[in-house]
Amino acid sequence: MKPLTREITFALNGRPRSVEIPVTLSALDLLRDVLGLTGTKYACGEGECGACTILVDERSLCSCLLFAVDLDGRAVTTIEGIATDDTCAPLIQAFVAAGAVQCGFCTPGLVLQARHFLADNPAADRTAIKRAIEGNLCRCTGYQKIIDAVASHVAALNVPEGRQDARPRR
Amino acid sequence: MATLPAMNAPAAYLVPASVDEAADALSDGEATLLAGGTDLLLQTHQGVRAFRRTLVNISRIAELKTISLSGDRFRIGALVTITELLHSKLVCQHLPILAQAADHFASDQIRNAATVGGNLCNASPAGDMLPPLLALDATVELACRKDHRLQRRNVPLDQFFLGPRRTAMAADELLTAVEIPLPPARHYGRFFKLGTRPALDISIISIALAGVLENRQLTGVRVAFGAVAPIPVRARRTEAALEGRTLDAEVISTAVETARAEATPISDIRASAWYRSEMIFNMMRRLLHEAADA
Repeated sequence: MKPLTREITFALNGRPRSVEIPVTLSALDLLRDVLGLTGTKYACGEGECGACTILVDERSLCSCLLFAVDLDGRAVTTIEGIATDDTCAPLIQAFVAAGAVQCGFCTPGLVLQARHFLADNPAADRTAIKRAIEGNLCRCTGYQKIIDAVASHVAALNVPEGRQDARPRR
Repeated sequence: MATLPAMNAPAAYLVPASVDEAADALSDGEATLLAGGTDLLLQTHQGVRAFRRTLVNISRIAELKTISLSGDRFRIGALVTITELLHSKLVCQHLPILAQAADHFASDQIRNAATVGGNLCNASPAGDMLPPLLALDATVELACRKDHRLQRRNVPLDQFFLGPRRTAMAADELLTAVEIPLPPARHYGRFFKLGTRPALDISIISIALAGVLENRQLTGVRVAFGAVAPIPVRARRTEAALEGRTLDAEVISTAVETARAEATPISDIRASAWYRSEMIFNMMRRLLHEAADA
């Protein structure tokens, strides 16, 4: 029996996109296998590692735990959209300058998670940065250089402390 | 590597825009509900759960996305995400124990998708929001279509969980909200979760402690445990050992012995039954000393 499909329309990195997909497909499989956007990484496949992080309506989500059919009508940003967005260039450059990239497999997810977090917390301190990326695993760097990268980007943004998020911290 | 059972596929897919439409979609009792999807996708793709005939995506129902306080009752819509709970001023001010649990929930990426209703309906014995909701005397509201009318009923949370992944929600029902009575003045609440890494861990044990705290005495005591029984449970004997008593060394000692005896954990991949019991004992003692010193 042919699996049930549905046509969805969503904004992918700022451009409208329509595609017919099985309703059980994950957003990660849609991006990588159907649309060929392999910057979003498949690693654990169960929400433990954050390598597949994407932004959906400006919220960071694990695309491996998201039904692609639920993207209908939403705005999706992947690392390919970040890479061609000039406003993201300083954040990416901060990762390069700090040596926060070794094998690079976790990097797209970390850049997207940092982008999402800094949008609400442009004056975050190192403790807040560590908590923000706790859903992203890196098996190379020991995290210090990643935290250095995000912290140096925060320093360059130079946003006054008062704008920091007041959310309670563990 | 063991091969996983094959995933089945639903025969229909619906996206209702209101509770009314959703109740229609569920009325034949042959539907699987999709909200945040973080549990459902994994369970279906790993073959441990089958789709029913219709996949009903309720994530677009706006009326299920609000948190409100009217009179002395909070109403938290089923689609409120864990992130929204964590950032809600109402929750942080009046229900801090819920914010504490939300803060210990998985990771930012999962908190952004996972919903309160989904955490309740998934009914994992280790679900992080469940012990604090039990300790807050929460009730859940279930809606369904009966005789062409939308009917709603309320179920106290301590009667909602029937077993691992089994609840009192019927196949034609939809969990629409969780309701919580406004805690009285001097209400005290603490959530503790034990895991091996701060983020993403499934709880080895969790404890919620709540009550009115005055002069080192707790009244209206609520103690709830996660991951020590087939369902999240109220620890009623421990509550009785604490009710109205001054939190001195003797009372705390009796209460933590009672808590250890009351927990009935199993051994699994995350911890042995013995370790879980010892952690209930130790962490309950820590929570009670904190309350005594608060």
